[in-house]
Amino acid sequence: MTFKRKATPFAVLTVAALALTACAQSDRDDSGSDSGSSGGGTSTFTFGAAGAPKVMDPFYATDGETFRVTRQMFEGLVGIKAGSAEVEPELAEKWEPDASGTNWTFTLREGVKFTDGEPFNADAVCKNFTRMFDQNPAGQVAAEYWATTFGAFKAKAAESLYKGCEVKDEKTVVLSVTRPTSGFPTFLSLDALSMQSPKAMDAGKANDVVAQGEGFTYPAYSKAAVGTGPYKLDKYDEANKTVTLVRNDDYWGDKAKNAKVVFKIIPDESTRRQELEAKSINGYDLPNPADWKGLESAGNKVEVRKPFNVFYMGLNPTKNPKLTDIKVRKAIYQALNRDELVKTQLPEGAKVATQMMPDTVSGYNKSLEAVKYDPAAAKAAITAAGGLTLTFAYPSEVSRPYMPNPQKLYQAMAGDLEAAGIKVNTVTKPWNGGYLDGVDANAFDAFLLGWTGDYDSAANFIGTFFGNMDANNFGLAKQSFGPTLVADLAKADSIVDETERDKAYEKLNQQIQEEYLPALAISHSPPALVVGEGVEGIVASPLTAEEFSGVTVGGK
Amino acid sequence: MLRFIVRRLVQMVGVLVVLSLLLFLWLRSLPGGTVSAILGERATPQSRAAMEAQFGLDQPIWVQYGKFVGRVLQGDFGPSTSVLPGTDALTIFFQRLPATIELSFFAMLIAIALGIPLGYFAARRRASLLDNASVIFSLVGIAIPVFFLAFLLKYVFAIKLGWLPVSGRQSGDVDATRVTGFFVIDGLITREFDASWDALKHLVLPSIALASIPFAVIFRITRASVLDVLDEDYIRTAESKGLTNRVIRGRHILRNAMLPVTTTIGLQIGALLAGAVLTERVFSFGGLGEALALSFERRDYPVLQVLILAAAAIYVLVNLLVDIMYAVIDPRVRTR
Repeated sequence: MTFKRKATPFAVLTVAALALTACAQSDRDDSGSDSGSSGGGTSTFTFGAAGAPKVMDPFYATDGETFRVTRQMFEGLVGIKAGSAEVEPELAEKWEPDASGTNWTFTLREGVKFTDGEPFNADAVCKNFTRMFDQNPAGQVAAEYWATTFGAFKAKAAESLYKGCEVKDEKTVVLSVTRPTSGFPTFLSLDALSMQSPKAMDAGKANDVVAQGEGFTYPAYSKAAVGTGPYKLDKYDEANKTVTLVRNDDYWGDKAKNAKVVFKIIPDESTRRQELEAKSINGYDLPNPADWKGLESAGNKVEVRKPFNVFYMGLNPTKNPKLTDIKVRKAIYQALNRDELVKTQLPEGAKVATQMMPDTVSGYNKSLEAVKYDPAAAKAAITAAGGLTLTFAYPSEVSRPYMPNPQKLYQAMAGDLEAAGIKVNTVTKPWNGGYLDGVDANAFDAFLLGWTGDYDSAANFIGTFFGNMDANNFGLAKQSFGPTLVADLAKADSIVDETERDKAYEKLNQQIQEEYLPALAISHSPPALVVGEGVEGIVASPLTAEEFSGVTVGGK
Repeated sequence: MLRFIVRRLVQMVGVLVVLSLLLFLWLRSLPGGTVSAILGERATPQSRAAMEAQFGLDQPIWVQYGKFVGRVLQGDFGPSTSVLPGTDALTIFFQRLPATIELSFFAMLIAIALGIPLGYFAARRRASLLDNASVIFSLVGIAIPVFFLAFLLKYVFAIKLGWLPVSGRQSGDVDATRVTGFFVIDGLITREFDASWDALKHLVLPSIALASIPFAVIFRITRASVLDVLDEDYIRTAESKGLTNRVIRGRHILRNAMLPVTTTIGLQIGALLAGAVLTERVFSFGGLGEALALSFERRDYPVLQVLILAAAAIYVLVNLLVDIMYAVIDPRVRTR
């Protein structure tokens, strides 16, 4: 009796275990086939990612962690030259506009197939653009990059930059826009606007995005999206927080040199570093600048990117009318010892900014010089203006590539301002706990923020900052120059001729720095990524758009 | 007994309803939120307004709460916005639950396997070297912060000695089949024994770190409880009756001493989640604790709501189970 009672649970457990064993089978492929059979290497490149990819369909992605994964699997009509921000042919071999700059003829690459075997051709291109343009209300909010580049969707077609797509023949397609703009076709290099298999999109109901609660629910396709790139998705093991990509052996270009890329999601930066030290990952992004030397002395390679960002001090006159006075704004600029700031607070390779965009962007004005540190002149101007009290805010709980340590940067800057006789009221709020909302709501006179560019266009920098009278953080409506600046930016953006357009932007950069000063450009910082010993072939991209197909680990 | 269980379950529903309201109001009163978390510095007043309208955040708070309750009653907490964007928050909970159970199980196993025998022998050999050393050891276990111990273990055994993995639940290059979500069990039932072994290695350091406090508490309670029981008259009676040591130990000392220890173990299981937040974060162990920390940092309200409500439900349930266990161990409780 006693035996029976004690034995029953064990018997139940044993039966359950046997049942599970009978049901469960290993998914492993025992055929012994080697994914390196196409002649590529056999290594696995494991990268430590800071966050989980949002979706595998880049169209609805907005964050770097997602794009890092999708970039290996998808390609756009236009690509980016490795190690630079310059565009180069990718799925389109060439493109040219008509005289109006609104109709662009793209000649497509031949012999390209999606990883589901479907051909890539003019029809596929038009189906992609039709799909992107025709979004339901939730999709229109979720597809942020289309909204920021083309402006509007089919529901508000009149407001959209996108006009249409026409198949001329199998390899020729004409994309039309409603007005000429400097960003087009450069922004077609954005990962979000990559080409995807129309057949797979149809089958997976790719556009069925639903706003549910406080987030979006994406269709099944978003976890199994299909592109043309050098890799395809093997599996996303959500429980183990790993994404595994395998080489696309039918890739049209040079095959990937490694057999697999694994993204291991490790949210904590110090743990990523420890994983690299333990050699269980081969690299990670954005190592803390304070760790660069230590990482290198341990045999790792810190790949420093060319700066493609700007760190600035925003000035908003909405609550502080004194900030409408250019002399006051210039005095604040003169009060800041930016040379010292760059030397002591920013990573090696950082530069003092002379304008609101880095020198890697077309339209950069090389003749501009940095406003000189002159605390005496600043003090005199502030005194002449009857003094200045500034509600100056900085974010906590955040580190950005252009602003690695906001608190230290702020302390140095606030110290400079006080030395010039400016009374500073410090405000600090968590980045996502009131800071960004506060900046948008004009809550601060001055604030620290920055921008990492998406593509090589002045419109993506100064156009984004100052191109909209209502939607800006600088109180342009209160500034006398506001309407002129907004109109001039729109005019420059619509110039078809590249040389003329660059000249217009150069002039605008000069005006912004010398006549307007709606914000004070502080610096450009080079973000870095780090790879372990034995990793070869990684090319650091200013756009943080590294491709991993050329990477080998341990020579394999 | 049944009435007792039903009453406690009804109380639990009340607790969860009140908690859900407080939680909802508290999260909405925090500055920032989902929209800022999604849009970051790219937010414009227009994109912010469009997103708020899509999510219904432009409606009065009581309307939002009503909709939230309506959805929750259908088991829909909404999709995650940053922990695993797009995935239903409840799915994330069930996906990550096995990790935390696995980790808590091993931590508790270590704590009980060490705490009870050590506590018993320390009490039986009171004031001996073993007793003094064990007491000091347990004090260190309580005093040392979990995250510090976790960092220390990781530094020594994973980074410097390289014996064990630094973080995660399984190595990225292990091709494992998922069945139950319990990685060790999955490897056994699919006969991918290397996957089980790899998962076990990943469990060692976080389990030890997480076990430190429950071990110390269980040890101290066992020791104190055994000391109390040893002073009882019925032990002297048992000894004078000539009962064997084995019978006295098993039936009289341990069984009676186990009552407070069982309560403590129950409470410690509930408290493990608090420790798991730190341990899982340090070891990037993909369980509920890590999800809780991430969802708070990144304002992932759907996930945060599921996790806090589930934690409350688990806490209440575990206490209910402890009460039932109490009744099983001590028949007198059943009659009260």
